[in-house]
Amino acid sequence: MDKPYDRKYWLDNPRNVDRIVWLVYGICAVLLAIDWFVPKHGPFAIEHWFGFYGIYGFVACVGLVLAAKELRRILMRPEDYYDE
Amino acid sequence: MMNELSPGLILIIGAALVPIFRGYARSALMLALPVAAFALTLSLPHGDHGQFELFGLTLTTVRVDGFSLIFAYVFLLASLLGMIYALHVDDTLQQVASLIYAGSAISALFAGDLLTLFVFWEGTTVGSAILVFSARTDRSFAAGMRYLIVQIVSGVLLLSGAALLYVDTGSIAFGTIGLETTAGILIFIAFGIKCAFPLLHNWLQDSYPEATVTGTVFLSAFTTKLAVYALARGYPGTEILVPIGAAMTAFPIFYAVIENDLRRVLAYSLNNQLGFMVVGIGIGTELSLNGTAAHAFCHVIYKALLFMSMGAVLFRVGTIKGSELGGLYKTMPWTAGFCIVGAASISAFPLFSGFVSKALIITAAMDGGYFWTWLVLLFASAGVFHHSGIKIPYFAFFAHDSGKRPPEAPMNMLVAMAISAALCIGIGVFPASLYGLLPFPVDYVPYTVEHVVTQLQLLMFSALAFSVLMRTGVYPPELPSINLDFDWFYRRFLFNAARALLDTGDRLRARLIDIINRQLSRFMSELYRHHGPSGLLARTWPTGSMAFWATFLLVAYLVFYFL
Repeated sequence: MDKPYDRKYWLDNPRNVDRIVWLVYGICAVLLAIDWFVPKHGPFAIEHWFGFYGIYGFVACVGLVLAAKELRRILMRPEDYYDE
Repeated sequence: MMNELSPGLILIIGAALVPIFRGYARSALMLALPVAAFALTLSLPHGDHGQFELFGLTLTTVRVDGFSLIFAYVFLLASLLGMIYALHVDDTLQQVASLIYAGSAISALFAGDLLTLFVFWEGTTVGSAILVFSARTDRSFAAGMRYLIVQIVSGVLLLSGAALLYVDTGSIAFGTIGLETTAGILIFIAFGIKCAFPLLHNWLQDSYPEATVTGTVFLSAFTTKLAVYALARGYPGTEILVPIGAAMTAFPIFYAVIENDLRRVLAYSLNNQLGFMVVGIGIGTELSLNGTAAHAFCHVIYKALLFMSMGAVLFRVGTIKGSELGGLYKTMPWTAGFCIVGAASISAFPLFSGFVSKALIITAAMDGGYFWTWLVLLFASAGVFHHSGIKIPYFAFFAHDSGKRPPEAPMNMLVAMAISAALCIGIGVFPASLYGLLPFPVDYVPYTVEHVVTQLQLLMFSALAFSVLMRTGVYPPELPSINLDFDWFYRRFLFNAARALLDTGDRLRARLIDIINRQLSRFMSELYRHHGPSGLLARTWPTGSMAFWATFLLVAYLVFYFL
């Protein structure tokens, strides 16, 4: 019988995970490249800068994770903190 | 005649019938009730119905307009989906509670006056609290008690505000209230508590993850969206709501990144999504209020879907801690797939529901010239993709293989998730179907090259950030832990302060008793010294003692007499 946990899955191969990551890199590069050709109509000047949305998204997420990581120093407690 | 009946009452009355039935009959009843209520809602003409006089007050129990209808549709949909998801549950208490909860929430939407609103507001409190208690663990009991206290405070504020409003204006009609009066402020705080405003928010993250697998799905749909609806009714265009909403979108995502309990991560992102709706209410234009209603509609469905998928994991694995999960896609592929649809919807990917609803609010913010708010909303949009869009499916279903091989979710759960996922995609692909339900006419086209490309840029570069941080090992790992939030203030600070006060009281009492005891024992020992077996006054016979005291009194009398 074919037990599900004996099976080898596509994602079990680290090279396939690499492929997905490279795909993300590729999509990002394409999205950045076509930014030249996309007309922008927003009222804010910053929005018309080249690649604003991509750069903002990247910086926001890195900042978010780094800040949250630092917050752990202050906020993190053992799971039984409130149980007495 | 039938339009005198508030649709939610069908669920509430139906709840009373639940204990009579068993097995399939009960399941059929649970499913039939939301369908019947839906049919009634569809038949309601716009206008005020179900009016009657009570102690000189005019109550309007069924107010039907575009705003109450769109929320009612999605609440009924969520009830039905929740019922399907909970079909395997054989727990009368939970079934009755979820019907009362959903029914109260729906009837509260149709309330045309504040007293009717209050009655059903409290109905949601009772029903939802029982769903938290139903987990029947020590933790859920404690969290349920905290939840109940907060919700009751909200109800008391609402009633006080309504009473003040009646004194001021002689009416309890639920129209635009505004913040100019004390009554308005009280009601605003009452709504704000249920809407999880910053610093009033913590009951949400505290209680929802402690409820039962199926209970949390119901909880995620009703209470907070009822509050959003009430705010939109009472306080449209109230400027302070813009910064409040912006803060709500931003701060929970920091917690969501480091939280280990995945249902709690979803509770934080729920809070973040409410922020978008609150911003829409604060801006107060037709576009932004449409955005609030549309986003609430989509949000109820994709949030329920996400809670369903995490609930299925909890149901099958017995834990929902990110640190103990991973690799579940191998044996729960359907659940994983539905979860990803929910994640794509909350992240507002093109072709998913969040894309067509959140855009209304963000565009309204741009049109209104809210530059900083717009930046915060963009940050929150990237952030929500990061923690809900990627983190939830990644740590539950992929990441490192936990070695756990749970079976796929039960069929009824899969059906509920499949319908929800289909709705998420359906709304995303055919936005006109949603826009047609909105309270104001819609003049907005979500699928423009500009919107699709900029949104994809925002999201894909967020995914890029996640990949880079993951590959470089910078991303904080899931750790068995909890994080302090505002509930620390009442669970720890106030608790310790109260305990310190009691301890001080105890010490003072001990000191006092000590002093009294010492004085008493000194008095006793003096008494003993003089009157005890070897005491001076015990050496003589009582007659001698008597003669002594008689002489003493005589001498004293003489002394006073001569003075």
